[in-house]
Amino acid sequence: MAKEEKWELRLYVAGQTPKSVLALKNITEYCNKYLKGKYSIEVIDLLKKPQLAEGDQIFAIPTLVRKVPVPIRKIIGDLSNEEKVLVGLNIVPLKN
Amino acid sequence: MDIEKKNPQLPLFIIKLEIKMKNQKKNGFIKTPSGISGLDEITNGGFPKGRPILICGSAGCGKTLFATQFIVKGITDFNEPGVFMSFEETSKDLAQNVSSLGFDLNKLIAQDKLRIDHVRVERSEIEETGEYDLEGLFIRLGHAIDSIGAKRVVLDTIESLFAGINNTGLLRAEIRRLFQWLRDKGVTTVITGERGENTLTRQGLEEYISDCVILLDFRVIDQIATRRLRIVKYRGSTHGTNEYPFLIDANGISVMPITSLKLDYKSATEIISTGLPPLDAFFQKGGYYRGGNILVTGSAGTAKTILSTYFALSSCKRKERVLYFSFEESPDQLVRNMQSIGINIEPYIKSNLLLIHASRPTLQGLEMHLLVLLRLVNEFKPKTIIIDPISSLITIGSTSEVRAMLVRLMDIFKVNQINALFTSLTNPKQNEYSDPTVDAISSLADTWINLKNETKENERIRSLLIVKSRGMSHRNNECDFVINDKGIQLLPKNK
Repeated sequence: MAKEEKWELRLYVAGQTPKSVLALKNITEYCNKYLKGKYSIEVIDLLKKPQLAEGDQIFAIPTLVRKVPVPIRKIIGDLSNEEKVLVGLNIVPLKN
Repeated sequence: MDIEKKNPQLPLFIIKLEIKMKNQKKNGFIKTPSGISGLDEITNGGFPKGRPILICGSAGCGKTLFATQFIVKGITDFNEPGVFMSFEETSKDLAQNVSSLGFDLNKLIAQDKLRIDHVRVERSEIEETGEYDLEGLFIRLGHAIDSIGAKRVVLDTIESLFAGINNTGLLRAEIRRLFQWLRDKGVTTVITGERGENTLTRQGLEEYISDCVILLDFRVIDQIATRRLRIVKYRGSTHGTNEYPFLIDANGISVMPITSLKLDYKSATEIISTGLPPLDAFFQKGGYYRGGNILVTGSAGTAKTILSTYFALSSCKRKERVLYFSFEESPDQLVRNMQSIGINIEPYIKSNLLLIHASRPTLQGLEMHLLVLLRLVNEFKPKTIIIDPISSLITIGSTSEVRAMLVRLMDIFKVNQINALFTSLTNPKQNEYSDPTVDAISSLADTWINLKNETKENERIRSLLIVKSRGMSHRNNECDFVINDKGIQLLPKNK
């Protein structure tokens, strides 16, 4: 993985639900830990912008979408399982 | 103690409940036309308005088409905008697939009457961790509904979600919530579901939808494909309980209601001519009753078609339209053959009083024939219908099916006061009164004329016998006749 690579993440939420808040807290934490300084998280509240749900094929809330690097990957849920998130986003290759 | 405390409230509660129930009864509940022709007659008015309806059936039975027609007709015929949420086909595929039925989805989308949202659930690119809900789906659907003021929604088929999501417990809870949410929104929703092995749908969606469940079926009997539909459940409404054949053709889906006809149609007292004045005289009242069913039987070459043509002609002369179903002769052939005996039907074809529809009986299934017939009846609005011969249809269906179809036909004709004449080819070796076709319809016919063709002393002798004529007396002996270039000539009694 090239070091200068920039990570663009999008977190889809629907209002300030506990699950959404938790998801944002989790992903911010992981990013600070593993991708410090080379990531951006855009939070999209579908209650405010419902028209954006179709584009990224969102059906579950919260959903984290990795836009860059491609290919697009999605993780649904409150992201409470760190390892699963890291594997899902391909931040850390699967160990063992 | 507790009971006593609550008791004073009880009567009030019951009264309230009773009032509520009374109001519901008074208003019934509102139904909305389904857009599927014929279905509303079975359901006594259509789908329950603002509620979910489950359409289930095996692959290829027409669920998506059914749903599409519900949406499209809702827009075009009842001015109810609709949202189609597709979990399988993309918007483009969907538009393409139904364009052959004359549904122009793109036009409706451009008019802001229709929204198609394709929900793609790809398991391979989705990871699940922790808690989530399907609020995203709700928001998408809600946005689509609100943006065009939709009154109708289709979810086709929501079971696809089960392939993409591991947490089925959550999924079930969310689907249940979705249906309730759609109810609260007051949109009439058609939900499709693939048929499961022992259940109506694979994921048991029928547990969540209790208002209206319709089962579609597609099977092949004797190499002829038939589609059938059954209303499994329709809470709070009476409905037909039979299996009803339905068709998918160039105009979409149509269901053939086996008319819920009670035997309460009006009987006409008006008499119409048989088309052959000497024959009129055989009947006490001088002809057939208007709106009657007339059966003409006879073996090959006994002048059944000629007799029907006379009848058609008499209708044309009264300026009443005639629909002639010919299963054996082409229109041209019929014109030519009739000319040879001095009957000219061509002017009536030209003046649009006579419509000859010729097709081979084996061209299509029985239901298809019936539907073509019904469509022509609706379009052409004939006063007289001739089916020549009805026995041809028996080659494509079992006797019971043919009989069911004929009963339906005759009922429709009776209700519309259409005179109907059926000819039937009987086997000369058999007793004509026990022929299967005759067996099937003779009891339904009001008037029955049997034609015979015998050879006596090297001479062909044609004869005609009125077997029955409901509601009037008639001549009881056989009458000989000849056919020459001036048509049928009844011979004076000489036996």
